[in-house]
Amino acid sequence: MSNNNHQDTQQLTAKDFKSDQEVRWCPGCGDHAIMNAIQRALPEMNIPREKFAFISGIGCSSRFPYYMNTYGFHSIHGRASAIASGTKTANPDLSVWQVTGDGDSMAIGGNHLIHTVRRNIDFNIIIFNNEIYGLTKGQYSPTSRLGAVTKTSPYGTIENPFHPGELVIGAQGKFFARSVDVNMKLNQEIFLEAEKHKGTAVVEVLQNCVIYNDKTHAVIADKKHKDDRQLVLRHGEPMIFGANRDKGIVLDGLKLKVVEIGKDGYTEDDILVHDAKTKDPGIHLMLANMQYPDYPVAVGIIRSVEADTYDDKMVDQIKAVREQSEFKCMDDLLNSGSTWEVK
Amino acid sequence: MNKQPDVIEREEVVVRFAGDSGDGMQLTGTLFSDTSAFIGNDLSTFPDYPSEIRAPQGTIGGVSGFQVHFGHKQVNTPGDFADVLVAMNPAALKANIKSVRSGGTIIADEDSFTPKGLRKAGYETDDPIKEDKLEGYNIIKAPITTLTKETLKDVGLDPKSILRSKNMFALGMVYWLFERPLKYTEQFFEQKFKKKPKVIEANKKVLEAGYHYAETVELLRPTYKISPAEIEKGTYRNIDGNKATAWGFIAAAEKANLELFCGSYPITPASEILQELSARRDFGVKTFQAEDEIAGICTAIGASFAGSLAVTTTSGPGLALKSEALGLAVMAELPLVVVDVQRGGPSTGLPTKPEQSDLMQALYGRNGESPVVVMAASTPSNCFHYAFTAAKIAVEHMVPVLLLTDGFLANGSEPWRIPKMADYPEVKAPIVSEGKKDWMPYARDPETLSRTWAIPGTPGYEHRIGGLEKDELKGSVSHDPHNHEKMTYLREEKVNRVVSEVPDQPIEGAQEGDILMVGWGGTYGHLRTALDELRKQGIDNVGLAHFNYIRPLPANTGEVLSRFKRIVVCELNNGQFVSYLRMNHPEFKYLQYNKVQGQPFTTIEITEHVKKLLEA
Repeated sequence: MSNNNHQDTQQLTAKDFKSDQEVRWCPGCGDHAIMNAIQRALPEMNIPREKFAFISGIGCSSRFPYYMNTYGFHSIHGRASAIASGTKTANPDLSVWQVTGDGDSMAIGGNHLIHTVRRNIDFNIIIFNNEIYGLTKGQYSPTSRLGAVTKTSPYGTIENPFHPGELVIGAQGKFFARSVDVNMKLNQEIFLEAEKHKGTAVVEVLQNCVIYNDKTHAVIADKKHKDDRQLVLRHGEPMIFGANRDKGIVLDGLKLKVVEIGKDGYTEDDILVHDAKTKDPGIHLMLANMQYPDYPVAVGIIRSVEADTYDDKMVDQIKAVREQSEFKCMDDLLNSGSTWEVK
Repeated sequence: MNKQPDVIEREEVVVRFAGDSGDGMQLTGTLFSDTSAFIGNDLSTFPDYPSEIRAPQGTIGGVSGFQVHFGHKQVNTPGDFADVLVAMNPAALKANIKSVRSGGTIIADEDSFTPKGLRKAGYETDDPIKEDKLEGYNIIKAPITTLTKETLKDVGLDPKSILRSKNMFALGMVYWLFERPLKYTEQFFEQKFKKKPKVIEANKKVLEAGYHYAETVELLRPTYKISPAEIEKGTYRNIDGNKATAWGFIAAAEKANLELFCGSYPITPASEILQELSARRDFGVKTFQAEDEIAGICTAIGASFAGSLAVTTTSGPGLALKSEALGLAVMAELPLVVVDVQRGGPSTGLPTKPEQSDLMQALYGRNGESPVVVMAASTPSNCFHYAFTAAKIAVEHMVPVLLLTDGFLANGSEPWRIPKMADYPEVKAPIVSEGKKDWMPYARDPETLSRTWAIPGTPGYEHRIGGLEKDELKGSVSHDPHNHEKMTYLREEKVNRVVSEVPDQPIEGAQEGDILMVGWGGTYGHLRTALDELRKQGIDNVGLAHFNYIRPLPANTGEVLSRFKRIVVCELNNGQFVSYLRMNHPEFKYLQYNKVQGQPFTTIEITEHVKKLLEA
């Protein structure tokens, strides 16, 4: 989202965004790192503190607004997208952030999420994806992998998971980014870009639930593997990854393929260059869907396409209709159309 | 009939137009009502249409009706029985004959009374008059289809369009019968079909043809004269309940100097409120047609958080879906108006039929101790006043308000003396704007217990609200047992104190005596007419207390109830308001009179019931 009202603000710091509430997430929970990244990113946005509104549903991550010294609303399960849609539409001047989890946004709130994305309302949605229900103590979520053994799937789940990126792009999403909770630098970078983007910006953060689904992302997030198993996307740069920067992604027919640079005749020139701004969602969808071990997992801004926003169109329509209107006040409306006098 | 005088002066008349749902009966009835209003009659209308958009042609299920009651005295209901029924086909006759006064006039399109048409309508013989025992009625068989075709043969319209205008032929006949001018309807054609001169010409021709046909045939004697009503001076317009509701909110937003936001999802019979508000971008109204009922209320709550006058509109099933979110508004103490245009339930029930069976849902249909203000409008036009007042209470008391109307009020219309906004009070939102020291989100006004409204974007008031139980003042999360109990009482007491906004409950008719009829919401017209009828019959020990404020009840409710020997609570449900009164005023004994047919009361069933009680 973007905010044009860049007034003079005294230089804020991360500390200014911490509320007086004790943070009650479990020690080692990925949420701590994500909040730190947010609190560091906000001062760089050059937006007065009172213009931030953090809105959440229910779940561990949804406690987020209580810990932020901004306007905040901790609402009910699944409905934060709808509430944030109302807040942003009512006051487009605010920088609105929805904080949600995989259960809150993909299960009970799935309908609201896809319609928000479809409408392209100008706010930011951070999905903390730990592939588990944490607050209710360990049931599988819509993003839990097929076969995941949890309290409600003791023999393994028998349902296919949602991939947030696929869902968002499928719902005509214009901005989708992915990151890992511990990657503070990348997170800050993404949050800043999400703020600048006009339209619904969805950021999936792969987050670790230390209690109920520990190390679920470790296979790609571990320090020793991450360079080989994550592809950091940057607009305009080739899709090269690996600890030795010797692997890359090419387009092979209609599919993406991992190649080793210098092997099988592939050179750096063959590697795809990331274009986050192309309207066509084809490659973006393929990138969002890349799964380890067949592919590295794409992180960074996968898609960032400019388009008109719902809230802007609302303001424009009101202005246009007002200019044409014969009514100046309620009395005019009351007396419009067919009326008659009784004498 | 021919031996009667040529013109009969009548106080009031009820006309019912009925035909296939594609026959344009709603429009025909509306045009007749408008003309009657323009020439000074008071009136009340009620559309009765099926929930299917186009049920099989010619069947009972597809019959759409529109009843208008007009007179030269005050008219409070659409009337129990029609004096005149216009039946465009056999199904319309079959479906509506019970609604016609015994011996009344029936104008039927005889072209449609073919053996095939009669079978479709469920007649077993080719003689509906004999089969339905209609010998005592004044039946006017007119070849409406044939004459419409004949009238329009040279206009150059396609056969389908020609057939579509036969309702105007019938309307022309009825205009003649009641000595109504054609000019208002002609003006309507000119407006409506501005770009289709052929259609204007065709409609005018058919309307006139119907009028002249009625004049020519001797069958339509006598005609009726209904003089203009003696009503209060002023400028009038027709208005239906849904439009009045929408306008009430716009008016409140203007008085509060707030933006109006409506988050809603289409549902019968409430959709017209959203539609009207959507058309009011010129008043800066932001309507948000949400993906479902839940998002409807949640966007409204989000807008309320952001400082708008927020409303959401729905009907019974939708209110059920909104209940969790309404509880959030209770907990967060945000202003919000929820309109429930009640219909027959449970489940999908009777989508197009009125009922008053959502009262308990409105009062109690949420998890936890979750009090909201509950109000009910009682006439189509006073939906404006109660929508305005609901918004005023919500904003000034920082509390959700549930406004109940019903399908009868929503679609019914009546002439309305146009109010002046200067006569309406200001709406004072408790918004904080200046840097108050030690401000706390849940600090309260000692009188109303209302908190203040700090709107995102205001420097220095950053705070968090939510659905978790909160600390009494700061609003931060609190699981303290005693705090929760205290907050529960506080939220309850805050709603109770809205009583300061509630006018004393008036009694109409006898101020004390034998029987007090008690009603609430959309049944006012029928109860009031029943009261007038009883008084006309010399019964003067009956009063009527019709409630618009349900929670809290008016302060004098107990005193009002104590003035009569017997109390009979009349409502279109299985006894919900009476249960509520029993709970709140257990010191009285209550009788109840209930109807659950998806239809309004008739005046006669109420008067008969009260008379039976008096005789007992």
